[in-house]
Amino acid sequence: MQATSEREEGVGKAKAKQKVALSSPSEGASGLTGMWRIKKPLMDQGKCNKCLICWLYCPEAAITRDKENRVSINYEFCKGCGICGEVCPSKAIVIVKEV
Amino acid sequence: MRSARAEIVAAYPITPQTQIIEKLAEFIAKGEMRARYIRVESEHSAMAACISAEACGARSFTATSSHGLLYMSELIFWAGMGRFPVTMAVVNRALAPPWSIWNEHTDILTQRDAGWVIMMCENAQEAYDTAVQAFKIAEDERVTQPVMYGLDAFTLSHTAENVDPLDQRDVDGFLPPLDPSKLAVYMDTDHPITFGNLLGPDMMMEFRHKVMEGMSAATGVIEEVARDYANVSGRPQTGLLEDYRCNDAEVAVVSIGASSGDAKDAVDQLRDEGVRAGMVKLRVIRPFPAERLREKLGTIKAVAVVDRDYSYGFGGILAGDTMATLKRGVARYIAGLGGRDISVADFRGMMMDSLKASEEGNEPPEVWWNLKEVP
Repeated sequence: MQATSEREEGVGKAKAKQKVALSSPSEGASGLTGMWRIKKPLMDQGKCNKCLICWLYCPEAAITRDKENRVSINYEFCKGCGICGEVCPSKAIVIVKEV
Repeated sequence: MRSARAEIVAAYPITPQTQIIEKLAEFIAKGEMRARYIRVESEHSAMAACISAEACGARSFTATSSHGLLYMSELIFWAGMGRFPVTMAVVNRALAPPWSIWNEHTDILTQRDAGWVIMMCENAQEAYDTAVQAFKIAEDERVTQPVMYGLDAFTLSHTAENVDPLDQRDVDGFLPPLDPSKLAVYMDTDHPITFGNLLGPDMMMEFRHKVMEGMSAATGVIEEVARDYANVSGRPQTGLLEDYRCNDAEVAVVSIGASSGDAKDAVDQLRDEGVRAGMVKLRVIRPFPAERLREKLGTIKAVAVVDRDYSYGFGGILAGDTMATLKRGVARYIAGLGGRDISVADFRGMMMDSLKASEEGNEPPEVWWNLKEVP
């Protein structure tokens, strides 16, 4: 589709061509939101059963998984909402006060 | 809308707009118009639906009036600043209190800073012609801004008039299907984008400036589209404004909407009596046709602006724009608020009043025309 190819150019290359402010979804599009955090999730890899529920529920996609489904928390973007700690069935994530 | 092949109609009923959307619902239900009618719970949602549909490449239309327009107001800015080529009919009606269903132009003029092209129609034929042209203007790559057009309550919305619609093939040639590649925002799931995200002070002005450029470009595009449409329809079209016998005029009235027809009759009568009268009908209010207005009115001694609206604490809205454009005072008449008739005799009276003030060397007055004592 012609529209798609022009859009790709518009978004990717020439920002000046944009008629309105648009962005492509990307990591850290809103800056280092981890700065907002007052509580912090801590993960105990020993208790984790790799169910990926925390990875699924994290509203900021700040939990990443590797090829072995080992999850880790990206503290640069984690806002400390605590949802991962709530949903973890094996209590592998605890939320501790940070500031 | 049927002629223009609108694909989405999303609207909420309000007097006196109801007949427009009822007729469209009927066309769609009978299969005479290939479009989806989205029933919404408010005007706010109606505009949200139109914006979303445009973002998916569908030509979209809504209609509202008065309180509905103001309820929609937040989304009107989303459409204007987001540059979605929605079009909308606004049946002009006074805002309460006191409750009123009758004509006044204050409703549409409250939206004049929202990045929408704003047009006004004089009669049913012009309403049809403008409805078709509105999409052409809005979707033009140089513009990419939404268009709303005003129709006077009851005078236009409920008065039966003959309308000569274009042959469908002619409309299709004039107004091809919406080309998504020309949209400012086009949602494509294969290439996701975020629209409406946070933008800091570093770039905000630059995108506002683009809206300004789109609106400025509309000035030329509106005239171009009117010329093209005149060729297709065989009917002369008013571009930005209509000059009625202004050429050698000593007094001219500035008017918008349906009562412009009465203003023309008043001009004819005064001319017959030896007064060199003229009229300018503004078809477009945003972008304000400043250059054309200066051309027409620059040398005319007495200018009378008739406002069927008011900016409380300032004055008539069109008079303010006209004075800023001409860089001089004009006589300002506030008339017809809440649906009071502005007759041919009223237009004659206002023109003669402004001419008298000018001949006597007085400051042009502001007059609330035909004001009565409140008991």
